[in-house]
Amino acid sequence: MHKSLLLAAAFVVAAPALADAPIMLTLQNHKFTPSVIKVKANQPAMITMVNKDGTAEEFDSSELKIEKVVAGNQSGSIRIRALKPGTYHFMGEYHDKTAQGVVIAQ
Amino acid sequence: MIDFATLLIVFREVIEAGLIVGIVLAATTGVPHRGRFVALGVGGGVAGACLVAAFAGELAALFQGNGQELFNASILLLAVAMLTWHNVWMASHGREMARELKAAGHQVKTGERTLAALAVVVGVAVLREGSEVVLFLYGIVAQGGASAAAMTVGGVLGLAAGAGVSALIFYGLLAIPAGKLFQVTSWLITLLAAGMAAQAVLFLQNGGYINMLDAGVWNSSWLLADDSIAGRLLHTLIGYVQEPDWAQLIAYGATIAMMLALMRLVSARDAARRQLKLV
Repeated sequence: MHKSLLLAAAFVVAAPALADAPIMLTLQNHKFTPSVIKVKANQPAMITMVNKDGTAEEFDSSELKIEKVVAGNQSGSIRIRALKPGTYHFMGEYHDKTAQGVVIAQ
Repeated sequence: MIDFATLLIVFREVIEAGLIVGIVLAATTGVPHRGRFVALGVGGGVAGACLVAAFAGELAALFQGNGQELFNASILLLAVAMLTWHNVWMASHGREMARELKAAGHQVKTGERTLAALAVVVGVAVLREGSEVVLFLYGIVAQGGASAAAMTVGGVLGLAAGAGVSALIFYGLLAIPAGKLFQVTSWLITLLAAGMAAQAVLFLQNGGYINMLDAGVWNSSWLLADDSIAGRLLHTLIGYVQEPDWAQLIAYGATIAMMLALMRLVSARDAARRQLKLV
């Protein structure tokens, strides 16, 4: 009983730190991995996009209101604002046939 | 063979910059040497776009990874300042310019003093849209492949189509009677500036510099989506976005209010001066 309370307390303390850690998003061969990103609704989040392709890509989403260029073989931070529950599409503007993904806020 | 993806992306970016060039050209109708200034703006913008594209990684790494957002917000606000300066100046000299335009020869000498400010606006527009085209085309060239020729054709056609639509807008504006032309361009420039200010706010939000009032006010994506061609055109012209938030709307409204207030102030001052002379 006592132990589980302590565990619960540790979880409560640890939870915000987990929420604040950036979500890793990799672009390779003009495809996003993972292509489905889950975030908590009504809470901002950070995505670190690692571009493993040799050429630049623009993370583009009118639904997320973001346009961010990440140069080839570089990474960039993408700020996701607090979202209402729902599904938000994003794409790599320069290779929109393959570079597609969604952010799901729940 | 034509690559339509290339055609579309080049068309989109060219038209966005081209609309602004068209408005600036209409706003400087009859002004001597304006061609030189606009060409300087376009040339400077293209050179800047290549630089921004070449150093995209370095730029992004500045300011704790927010270099891109700060850079975009800064050049947009610079353009807003230049557009404001132009409009305030027009409030004082617009009547004189319209008179010159209607007079024989159509030489609007008065307008020369505002050319440098508008060249900066053209430069900023070309730089912003151009750097995306350069990055996209560079990616294609770097990958090589047999389709490079098809993409070149697509790019050239996109450029021509974008320039063509911009020219249509420009000639449409020129159909406005000389007495009203500068009034119309003054309004267009006010809305252009308001849209740019709202977008600067968005970049500051995405850089983490503004964290308040970021809840969406409405969502009109069902009516006009940001990603549609019409949505993009209206975005460039009047700053349309499908889901603005409060911070963006406040920036939009404040820019219009500031511009109108400054224009009124200047015309009131001029009127007072004219009366003094009469007395």
